[in-house]
Formats: sequence, structure tokens, C-alpha cells
Amino acid sequence: MQIYRPQFVFYVVIILLWLIGTPLHAALNIEIFGGGATQIPIAIAPFSSEEKLKQSLTTVVAADLQRSGLFKLIDSSGLRVGDLREITYTDWSSRGANVLVTGGITMLTNGQVEVQFSLIDLAKQTLLISDTEVVPAEQLRATAHRIADKIYETLTGDVGVFSTRIAYVAKNENKYALQVADADGFNAQSVIEYTEPIISPAWSPDGAQLAYVSFENKKPVIYVQTLATRARKVISNFKGSNSAPAWSPDGKKLAVVLSIKGGSQIFLINADGGALQRLGQSSGIDTEPSFSPDGRSIIFTSDRGGSPQIYRMPVTGDVSTVAERLTFEGSYNVSPQYSYDGKSFTFIHRNGENFNVAVQNLDTRQVQLLTDSRSDESPSFAPNNRIILYATRIKGKGVLASVPSSGKITAEFFLQVMGDIREPTWGPLRK
Amino acid sequence: MSKILSVVLISLLSACASKTIQPTSGTGTEGSSVATAPPAAAAAAKTAAINPLNDPNNILSKRSVYFNLDSFVVKDEYKSLVSSHANYLRENATAKVLLQGSADERGSREYNLALGQRRADSVKKAMTLSGTKEAQIEAVSLGEEKPRGTDHNETSWAENRRTDIRYQGE
Repeated sequence: MQIYRPQFVFYVVIILLWLIGTPLHAALNIEIFGGGATQIPIAIAPFSSEEKLKQSLTTVVAADLQRSGLFKLIDSSGLRVGDLREITYTDWSSRGANVLVTGGITMLTNGQVEVQFSLIDLAKQTLLISDTEVVPAEQLRATAHRIADKIYETLTGDVGVFSTRIAYVAKNENKYALQVADADGFNAQSVIEYTEPIISPAWSPDGAQLAYVSFENKKPVIYVQTLATRARKVISNFKGSNSAPAWSPDGKKLAVVLSIKGGSQIFLINADGGALQRLGQSSGIDTEPSFSPDGRSIIFTSDRGGSPQIYRMPVTGDVSTVAERLTFEGSYNVSPQYSYDGKSFTFIHRNGENFNVAVQNLDTRQVQLLTDSRSDESPSFAPNNRIILYATRIKGKGVLASVPSSGKITAEFFLQVMGDIREPTWGPLRK
Repeated sequence: MSKILSVVLISLLSACASKTIQPTSGTGTEGSSVATAPPAAAAAAKTAAINPLNDPNNILSKRSVYFNLDSFVVKDEYKSLVSSHANYLRENATAKVLLQGSADERGSREYNLALGQRRADSVKKAMTLSGTKEAQIEAVSLGEEKPRGTDHNETSWAENRRTDIRYQGE
């Protein structure tokens, strides 16, 4: 009888924690595990009966957490967890783990799978969260992403982004495909395929539409396509070039770059086309607009000062508006994208012969280089600002990559997607 | 009556256009189809063989203007080419051209699109200064998306810093 007492206490704690709910833990755990550069040491035990599945869930969860840069994966080989009551906490904590993920799979009839997982604080020997989900076998990757989101949210207090989607252009032979995939590059599906180039995909803020530039008509023309229906519409086909679409945060307008008045200049257009309005005016190139989250200003690339640099201007519609130069280091800074909190922006900085992903804080003006690769392009923030997605080249082929935005973890992660990949952009949180 | 006539005309024209475009659409790069495709209007008139735009001995068959690195100035060696096309457009008021500017592959795709636009605009300006009507010209950019040189070296990059002149129907 005495032997069972600790376990009884454990279960009381579990029930208590369960009743309290997760938001409180979130706040609590930021202090427990530390933020900033410290990574949370996490062990992920293979889920029981996981070997019966085509897709290992724990591999997906581990890869998700690792890409955020906030977790250090602890080797779990040789250790198994059967019943929660049988956990030998010291086995895990002696390997350096602070938290443990454990779980199990039960195959149900008609192709359904029950997935259960628990997140355990090893120091306190308490259950942080636990959840059970029943899903069709073919949706197990989505379940793994949701588990990763719950773990991430519990331990960091931040919103998880592993269930979001990304868009990019894949070139295969002479075909160009605009594709949408899970945030880890899996489950890729073509939105449109064409024999002419497609560039600059941009998610509508609600994630329902993509704007992009297609060259199918011998010149760049901007389209907006609804993902659910595949219906597409030309929204900007003025004389000259039409490019670089960027949605306003309310989804009602797009900033676009047109050459209709000569040069490349930024205009505002309604999301359904029409009501053209000029934003700013310069004798140089103005392109690659990106809205601030409050919609009041845009950052963009301009060579008005002699070299391409990043500028910011208010969205007033007054063409005499003065833009403020933001980048001063180096002679080539392009492709700015605002962070979702509006505190910083990511961009491409030419560093000698290389093109690298960088982040600049808008208050301190401090710049951090995040990569040391040869040729990066098209960086964009995850909706929680923690990760940056971009394309880089390996052996002459474009690949998807991501890097934590803090600059404190330098690891780059490469996402598995077929073809020559370019122009990636991270989609919004799913509603 | 005039409505019927225009419908007939449009369908005839589009038939011509599709006939002439089809054979070139699957072959090679943008560059090669620009150099060899006969314009629809000429095909319709059965004068393709002596069409000055395609006569290899005529300067009008030359369609590419190349630029130096980071430069948008039409070089002296291309001035007679550009002015010949400007003259042709002046003499053929119904002819229209698409000027497609390009840039090399290094750096941002959208910024390169803007650089290509500048190269197209600069050829357009040279043509309008020679008296060509603006309505006959559309200057656009293909950025780095339709490279003629596909290697990743200076020779290819130099080939891709250019503006191509395409007549309507080509």
C-alpha cells in the first residue's frame, strides 16, 4: 500500500494541473525554463505502438520543435516509457532533459487512430499537459503539428506555428508550380502550374487567397487566386509591368509596383482590382513593399540614394511623402518583410559576394546577420516572429530553409520539397 | 454590318496569331523564339520571306540591346539598331512593340524586375526621342525570369542584361 502512495500524489497533481488549465503554466514556464538564448532541453520518447504507423509522429514533433531554435533535443535512445506511473525521472533528467514528451497510439476500426500524449516537467515530476485526439490515419502529420504547437505554447507562452502553411514556387524542368505546403514543407499541393514563370506569392491576411505575379502574358501581371475554389482573377494588368503585391493587414487593399507612370513605383489598389492610388514618388526604383501590422506604413526597397536600400514611408496617399532610410550597412539591402509585431523586419543583405538573411530592429536599428550561405532570397517571418523562412541555393538548386530569428541560434534547417524552389512566404495563423 | 466585319476580322487575326505562335511556343528559350518567329501580320500577307523584320540582312531582324553591369544606357553600338526600329514604327503606324527588359540572376527577383524595367524604359525613351509614338510601345520587364544565358557566370550574366524587341503578334 505504501508503495502506491507517491503515484497517488502524482495523479492528484495531474488532476489539479488539468483543472487549472494551460494558460497559467505558460506564464509559469517561461520562468522555469528561461527565455532568450537558453534552449529548453526536451526529451521525446517514441510513442508506444508508433512503429505500427507509416509515419513516426515523434519525428515530426521533434523536427518542428527543433526548427524554432528554442529547444534542445535530448537523446532518448534506450529509454522507453510504458505507463506514466513507471517513469524513472532520473533516467531522463540525468541525460539533461528538463521536460519529457511521451505518448501512445491505438489503432481503431475504420482507419481511425487514437493519439495520446503527455508533457512532463521532470524536475517537479508533474504533468504539464495531456491530450487525446482521434484522427484518420492520413491526417497524422497534422496531429503531430498540433502536438508540437501545444508543447511549444505550454513551454514558451508563445503561439505555435507548426500547423500553419507556406507558399512557394517550384520549378521542375520547364514547369513552374505555385505550391502550398505544411510549414515543414510536407503535403505540397499545386495551386497553379504553368510553363511561364511565377514570382512573388503573397498570402491574404485570412490565408484564403494568394496574390502572385505571372508572366504567362509575356509581361508581369498580378493575379489573386482563392485557394478553396481555385478561382483566379487579374487584379493588376496596367500597361507596362505589374509586380510585387503586398496585402494590407485588413485584406482590403494591395500595394503593387507598376511602371505605368515610368520607372517602378508603388501604388495602392483594391483587392478586387480598381481604385488605383499612388503611394510616394521617386526618380529611382521603388519596389518590394511590405505593410506594417497596423497598416499605417510600408517598408520597401529603393535605389533613390544610389544603391538599393530599405526605406519606410507612411501610407498617406500624399505623393510628396518623405520616406525615411532604414538600412545603412553595405551597398545592397533588399526584400524587406515586416515582423508580425511590427518591431523588426527581415531582409536580404549583400555581404561581400554572398546574399544573406538579416534582421533589423526598428527601435535600436541594430542589424543581425542570420545566415552565412551564398545566395539567400525571399525571407519572411513565421506568425509568431520566432522563425524566418527563406530560399537558398545548394549545388545550383533552390531549397527551402528556415532559421530562428533571434540570431542566437545559428542553425539553418532545410525543408524537403521537390524541385528548384524559390520565392517562399510563410502563411498566417489558421483560423 | 461593321460589327459582323470586325468579328470576322478578329477571328481571322486570332486564327493567324495562333498559327504562327504555336510552332514557337514549345521551342527553346525566350531568346530563340524572339529571333525566329514571324509576325502574324506578315504571315497573313504572305510576305514573310521579304519581311524586313525577319530578313537576316536587315538590321530590323536584330532584336536585342545589351547593357553593361549596373547600366541602363543604350550603348553606341546599339543606337542604329534602336533608331532603325523607331523608324520602322514611325513608318508603320499600326505596328506595335513590346520591349522586354531583363537582368542577371544575382540578388532579389523583384529588384531585378525593376532593373529590367529600367533597361526596357531606356530603349523606349530612345525610340520616342526618335519620334516613335508612345502608344506603339509597351516597355515591360522579365527580370531574371527568362534568362538567355543559363550558366552562373559573367558570360551568361552579360547575355541577360538586355532588352528584347518583340513586335505584336510575335
